[in-house]
Amino acid sequence: MSDTTQNGPVLAADGTPLKRSLARALRMQKMRALMLIAPLLLFVVITFIAPIADMLFRSVENKIVATTLPNTVVALQDWDATGDAPPAEPVYESLYYDMFVAAEAKEHTKLGSRLNYEQTGLSSLFRSSGRRLDDAGEAQIDALEDLNPAWEDPAFWYALMDAGSGAADDDLLAAKRKQMTELTDIDHGVDIGFAPRADISQLLPKTADAYTLFALFTAVEDEDVVAEEEPWEAVKVALVQDLQEGADVSSYTGPGAAELAAAQTALAELPAMNFKEVFLDIDKDWGSVDNWSTIQTYSPRYTSGYFLNAIDMQKGPDGPEARPENQQIYMMLFKRTLFMSLVITGSCILLGYPVAWILANLPMRTANLLMILVLLPFWTSLLVRTSAWKVMLQQQGVINDVLVWLGLVADDARLVMINNQFGTIVAMTHILLPFMILPMYSVMQTIPPSYLRAAKSLGANNWTAFWRVYFPQSVPGIGAGSILVFILSIGYYITPEIVGGTTGTFISNRIAYHISSSLNWGLAAALGAILLAVVLLLYYAYDKIVGIDNVKLGG
Amino acid sequence: MADTQTSDAFVEFERVQKSYDGENLVVKDLNLVMPKGEFLTMLGPSGSGKTTCLMMLAGFETATHGDIRLDGVSINNIPPHKRGIGMVFQNYALFPHMTVAENLSFPLEVRKIGKSEREAKVKRVLDMVQMGAFGGRRPAQLSGGQQQRIALARALVFEAELVLMDEPLGALDKQLREHMQFEIKRIADNLGITVVYVTHDQTEALTMSDRVAVFDDGRIQQLAPPDQLYEAPENSFVAQFIGENNTLEGVVKEINGDVALVRLDDGELIDCKPVNVSKPGERTRVSIRPERVEYNKERLQEGVHTLKAEVLEFIYMGDIFRTRLRVAGNEDFVIKTRNAPDQVRLQPGTQIEIGWLPEDCRALDA
Repeated sequence: MSDTTQNGPVLAADGTPLKRSLARALRMQKMRALMLIAPLLLFVVITFIAPIADMLFRSVENKIVATTLPNTVVALQDWDATGDAPPAEPVYESLYYDMFVAAEAKEHTKLGSRLNYEQTGLSSLFRSSGRRLDDAGEAQIDALEDLNPAWEDPAFWYALMDAGSGAADDDLLAAKRKQMTELTDIDHGVDIGFAPRADISQLLPKTADAYTLFALFTAVEDEDVVAEEEPWEAVKVALVQDLQEGADVSSYTGPGAAELAAAQTALAELPAMNFKEVFLDIDKDWGSVDNWSTIQTYSPRYTSGYFLNAIDMQKGPDGPEARPENQQIYMMLFKRTLFMSLVITGSCILLGYPVAWILANLPMRTANLLMILVLLPFWTSLLVRTSAWKVMLQQQGVINDVLVWLGLVADDARLVMINNQFGTIVAMTHILLPFMILPMYSVMQTIPPSYLRAAKSLGANNWTAFWRVYFPQSVPGIGAGSILVFILSIGYYITPEIVGGTTGTFISNRIAYHISSSLNWGLAAALGAILLAVVLLLYYAYDKIVGIDNVKLGG
Repeated sequence: MADTQTSDAFVEFERVQKSYDGENLVVKDLNLVMPKGEFLTMLGPSGSGKTTCLMMLAGFETATHGDIRLDGVSINNIPPHKRGIGMVFQNYALFPHMTVAENLSFPLEVRKIGKSEREAKVKRVLDMVQMGAFGGRRPAQLSGGQQQRIALARALVFEAELVLMDEPLGALDKQLREHMQFEIKRIADNLGITVVYVTHDQTEALTMSDRVAVFDDGRIQQLAPPDQLYEAPENSFVAQFIGENNTLEGVVKEINGDVALVRLDDGELIDCKPVNVSKPGERTRVSIRPERVEYNKERLQEGVHTLKAEVLEFIYMGDIFRTRLRVAGNEDFVIKTRNAPDQVRLQPGTQIEIGWLPEDCRALDA
């Protein structure tokens, strides 16, 4: 027995609040119910929701520029893209070191493809540059190696750079581990048998930087022993740069101190390396303001660029701007998709309503028999049905042949009914018709014939009785059918692909193109996200106007 | 059965037949004349053709043969919406997407009646069924009895002179049904409208109607005021169908004017009133109402034949006693006695003698 105290909550027999004891009693039931749906829930989450979320995330994700060219992006921040001067030397210097690592890890071509979506030509620029970067700074390296063969000795380098039992620059190592991990998506947190010397990283920062990256790459990617591998050209270039920039070698007393001092003296006369020239030598496009502007625009880790692209805009130096007229395509495709989906939904209503009406008013046996005819298309492959329309509609097809035979159409003026909007609308109306008829039928079945009789007995003629009494009650069926057909058609792919030609294709065909052909997944994701948003928006609007509880699929 | 050219005839069925499949007649040769203002009930078991008759009158079914006239005009070829007949449906058929007021205003709208007049009429009819405050509600927000009133109001709002009701109270519980019976009767009398009422509930038929047409097998078995129907059934179907009834079977021995002597199948003789029998030797089914059976020897008329009976069961029902007897081999012979202070309560196993007035015992068709 439960009891109510004067002003407290209702209590159960044992004195606990009734609400809590009810919740406890129901928990077991809820858990059991959850266990029953758990397999499906997991299946849906793993195979459906997670990929969609991942895909949507791709529409704004843009870390590839920042992970591939981390230092360049930082150096480029202050550059003014609106001027007509390419960036200054420090940007090219960062680009050299970033590119060198990226080229070793073979990540630079991916960045090239990514940036190529925004600026044509960047893909080949990155590919060729990565290949030729090994030859850069030959003069410096030769000068260094000519001084002392030790500079070609892996063990010597290792002794010079490694902390051994002394103080290590853990910050540097950690930073480089992170950089490599982001660049290659491989975990670089493992033991690599190397730690940069703290005093060396103070004295020769660029060298320590480059050598640490080299060490990480050698140990993790190549799975070699760092001490047995000769450092990259970039490490040597960095050393020459450090020495020429006046590192105070005299204060250093560790291994290789003498060689360093000798190298600094000998290399003082050597002209400093000009990274800008190196890159312009490789490809004069590295002097292009447009290319650099693109890199700068897309350097943040998240970008609205894909979305802007999806609505025919682009990121300019002054913010979003419209694309050139001849590159605008997506808005037109969105509008066409919406328009054609509406036309298809409309023709499904017009064709389906009378059928549903007849089915609902026939005796059960006959109705079930006819229902098979409605459902028959469901049992035939979508591809077959669409191809059948190709046979029907093409210029040498069945319909044209009949029209010509009847003399309604001249042989040299056969109708063009396929590979255009007409073909897509006809084929999709046919394919989606059952989705309209079924909900309408099941709603109409629940409308008793006595309503029509009542209306007539009250003096309404057939049309008034239908329009004022029957039709309003069948609207939920029309609503359900329309939502189904519209949402299905807005994302339809196969039929427009086969019968749509160029003027009858949908936005989904473009999404498929970007997924499988151009591999611009970010743009595909942005287009898909917009499509999803449009559908949800329409659904919301429908809910506000008609009310989603007015939608009935049956009963 | 009835004179088809009666001067005050309002609704007439003349030799009407109806078949759905071309093989069986659902309505067989129906003749019926109703004067204006009459409350006529079509009563019968399901499948007896009563609803079909109603639907033919409303225009939703066409007669296969014969003529249906309304106020002297044949309406066979007039579509339902031009007949101007009000109708109350079994499940009310109130339009669910309209409010009560919109439902009531619908028949006025299709008749192109002006807005102010419409509103006045709707208000008047709502007041008449005592639902004045419910105009803005949807049918789904009303109780069954309220929906019933609105359905009635809708059939009345356009001032139809003839209103058809197809088992309108079937969905209500007993108490509400009895209340609504009274209500419908009152409104119909006040407005002076002609009502054709279909039901399978005989109490409803007896309490409400001016005349009752008992349907069976596509024919009107008897058309009579309620008291005649109960007290003087013309055939054994009506006797069985209306009220409780005891039946004994036998052969007519002789007929002397108003009294027929019938030899029951177990050899006993009884006196009855010949109704459907004309000559000795005919088989007959005699019918006697349970409350007309007398077992108090002192009250039995002198000289009539009595029957031996054994009490099988005694049921106390408050206002009456219901006693089941074995009479002439029939174990379902029931008598009803009023619960009066001097009334004897018969114990099972008692042997008694029963009798009745010859005019209460009707010798009908076999």
